[in-house]
Amino acid sequence: MMGEEESSKEPMQFLSLNEENTCNDEVLTSNSYSSSRNVITTLASSSVNSQLPAAAGERLVSDPLLFPLDNPSTESYVDVIFSPMDDGPAISSISEPNGTGEILDELTILQRSRKTSSEYLNVTVSDPQKEWESSNSIVSGSNTYVTYLITTNTNIPDYGGSDFCVRRRFKDVVILSDRLNESYRGLFIPPRPDKSIVESQVMQKQDFVEQRSLALEKYLRKLTEHPMIKKSDELRVFLTVQGRMPLPASIDVASRMLDGAARLPKQLLGESRSMIEPQDVVQPAKGGRDLLRLFKELKQSVVNDWGGSRQPVVEDDKEFLEKKEKLRDLEEQLTDASKQAETLVKAQQDMGDTMGELGLAFIKLTKFENEQAVLNTQFLRAVDMKNVATAAVKVSRLYRELNVQTVKHLDRLHEHMGLMLAVNHAFSDRSSALLTVQTLISELSSLHSKAEKLETTSSKIFGGDKSRIHKLEELKDAIRVTEDAKSCAVREYGRIKDNNRSEMKRLDSERQTDFVNMLKGFVTNQVAYTEKIGCEWANVAEETSRYAKEST
Amino acid sequence: MNALQRSGSGSMAQSPRSSTSQAPYLTVSVTDPAKMGNGVQAYISYKVITKTNFPEYQGPEKIVIRRYSDFVWLRDRLFERYKGIFIPPLPEKSTVEKFRFSAEFIEMRRQALDVFVNRIASHHELQQSEDLRTFLLEDEQTMERERSQETGIFKKKPADFMQIFKDVQSRVSDVVLGKEKPVEESNPEYEKQKNYIFQLEDHLAEAQKHAYRLVKRHRELGQSLSDFGKAVKLLGTCEGNSLGKAFSELGAKSELLSIKLQREAHHLLMRFEEPLKDYVRAVQSIKATIAERANAFRHHCELAETIKFKEIDLNKLRLTRSEKLADAEREYEQLKADGKESKRKFETIVKLMNEEIARFQEQKTIDMGVVFHEFAEGQAHLAKSIAEAWRSLLPKLEACSSSLETPDA
Repeated sequence: MMGEEESSKEPMQFLSLNEENTCNDEVLTSNSYSSSRNVITTLASSSVNSQLPAAAGERLVSDPLLFPLDNPSTESYVDVIFSPMDDGPAISSISEPNGTGEILDELTILQRSRKTSSEYLNVTVSDPQKEWESSNSIVSGSNTYVTYLITTNTNIPDYGGSDFCVRRRFKDVVILSDRLNESYRGLFIPPRPDKSIVESQVMQKQDFVEQRSLALEKYLRKLTEHPMIKKSDELRVFLTVQGRMPLPASIDVASRMLDGAARLPKQLLGESRSMIEPQDVVQPAKGGRDLLRLFKELKQSVVNDWGGSRQPVVEDDKEFLEKKEKLRDLEEQLTDASKQAETLVKAQQDMGDTMGELGLAFIKLTKFENEQAVLNTQFLRAVDMKNVATAAVKVSRLYRELNVQTVKHLDRLHEHMGLMLAVNHAFSDRSSALLTVQTLISELSSLHSKAEKLETTSSKIFGGDKSRIHKLEELKDAIRVTEDAKSCAVREYGRIKDNNRSEMKRLDSERQTDFVNMLKGFVTNQVAYTEKIGCEWANVAEETSRYAKEST
Repeated sequence: MNALQRSGSGSMAQSPRSSTSQAPYLTVSVTDPAKMGNGVQAYISYKVITKTNFPEYQGPEKIVIRRYSDFVWLRDRLFERYKGIFIPPLPEKSTVEKFRFSAEFIEMRRQALDVFVNRIASHHELQQSEDLRTFLLEDEQTMERERSQETGIFKKKPADFMQIFKDVQSRVSDVVLGKEKPVEESNPEYEKQKNYIFQLEDHLAEAQKHAYRLVKRHRELGQSLSDFGKAVKLLGTCEGNSLGKAFSELGAKSELLSIKLQREAHHLLMRFEEPLKDYVRAVQSIKATIAERANAFRHHCELAETIKFKEIDLNKLRLTRSEKLADAEREYEQLKADGKESKRKFETIVKLMNEEIARFQEQKTIDMGVVFHEFAEGQAHLAKSIAEAWRSLLPKLEACSSSLETPDA
């Protein structure tokens, strides 16, 4: 169940000051901050892989957490989080039996899934490999792509098994995402990782693949956490069926449009059916093959906006509209907070870096004085300098580690910001479904009035009766089909509304839990690390205290 | 401000707090910076308050008004008169920043000037200087007159001085590189000392650079905490109920911490970075003394050369029994006297420098010890108060999360 080996070591590494944090250092010293931020984000997600060693001093923890200690001489909060700093690494995970004292987000995720049921569905992504597309291309090697090994472990009965291993490429994930979007309109479906054509060219191949596989894992995990999607067939098939991707791709928009364009003249001439079929109604008009339907709905939306006539069915759910406003607000604040969080992280990083450089400069000075010393007083000074320098270097490392943790926690802001995309998508599902209903209703009313007209007029042309009756029959036919379509559309609209409602509730509660945990995690880390930093400096102050007496 | 002990040479062993008039004391404080004049002519004036029981000072207390160029005058006079002694350094001239006159700049300058005068006042030789008395006692017009007289070498032959300085540097590096130049001391111990001073300046400058950056980082972190706090508060308004409150409290704490960081940044600037800069300046002042010593040595050597040639001439004249002999003999005697004098001057410088370097090192160990101690204390205090502030939020966050666990209506 472990992800890449490196990442499982990462939380262990950060506590041992002696070894070089090669993983962290490489990641955190990327050239541009924005690119490194993405890597930091993936660093954050990579820790989700690792298991949590149980804490030795668990019981002690609940006290400092709830009842802050006044006397630093007794075991402080710091000591528990950082049990022996200089020997081997050990993380104390602060978790109480009933799960309320969480810090690390691994616990959060486990917590959430634990709460819902005893069912689990764990997915990991690993082992990226290059494969060649068997095509008749002249240039060999030009059609290579990367596949990822997707390992699933579950006890859900529908899966008919407990362990699965399949190979998938990124294209397959795109297909999965598209299919889910089609089947689950109205739900807040987690957005999939970007295609990022630019990044794949710019970044080193290995880095890019690493980044992508972490992103994929994150995405799949989010899918497995969604209460409805985790039960979906599409996901199950994606995770379990061996060989080539079993889900057929929805054909891309361009060819759909071309298809539609080809059909349109026939529709207009009446050769092919120009009505909106009931089975089509469950998909939005946009991006579909039915251009005529697209035009009709477009016309309807214009009528909605400009026409004075009140529609029989409008978005009347006040609660929904209120919630929508609130979510819009939230999105705005989230964006801002996420940006400020990034700035904060950068400032912390810079602080750590400069502190480290200062320490190094003093170490050089110390060495210099020691080598060149002629008088005893210079040796004394060198000792003082060394104390400060060593502390500065240690503190610098602490800042770096604090930052890694901070990123992990504050990244939740960023995540929820991403979720807003899913929310907007779900809301647009709703409004397009509503538009379909409205279009059908006005179709119906125009059909009805046509039929009425036909019924009341008598044929003035000899022999015209037959064609009139024929036309009437056709109209009645059309009305029936359109009625069916309308009921379908109304049902679909209702379904989407229900989805929206349940999702909003779920989002609210999950977001609140997430944010509370984020705040707790962030604050706890700040407390732990700044306390440790304070101790380091207090030691130096102690060691140089003789100067204090002289200057008073 | 207990200036004597902050910058004291130690050799006087005086306690200015002793109110008994037996123990001699001389303390100065530079205070009350005030902006004078307008536009390009603007400058800062300082109140210089002298408290002493030295007999030459005719009174226990005197207050005068001085400006930066008066301090420069004092430094130049002392430099010329007390060759071999490390004259305390002055803060930079900074012609550009002067126009901005930020509060921070003024305060740093005032502090540095205060330290400057007190170091002079506590140096066993410098404190006897007449120029110091002029500086501390004369009224402003007299001071201005003195300043404009400018007999110091800085005004007269600035080019020459720079040349001497450059010569010393190149000579030192030549010796370091192994090239021997004739007119230079070949004292290995002294070479080591010179080498030490030059390298020390580089190391210190680097440390000071990072110290300055550290100040900036504190400011930046403070700013980002403030912005973050505001954003978090706004985010809280979207949530409502206990979570919203938690957010707004966190935001408030964050803003509070921002203030602490800004304060520490200022503290670091004045008590960590500035002393390091002062250390660098002191080393530069020593370099100037090194140049003086080289100057004196060269002068002495040249004189010795001249005397030698004169002796040869003299003997020639003696043999030829020329009338010029008497004049030549007089000149020769004069040269010999000058030679003796230049030798004495040089040897004084050497002796003084040896004493000074020992004193300097002792003093610097103390100075830096204090700086480090205060730095560590400041950082420890900051970190601990940050930890405390965050910690105070934990119970509320805990309550918040448990209220979310229990499903409410």
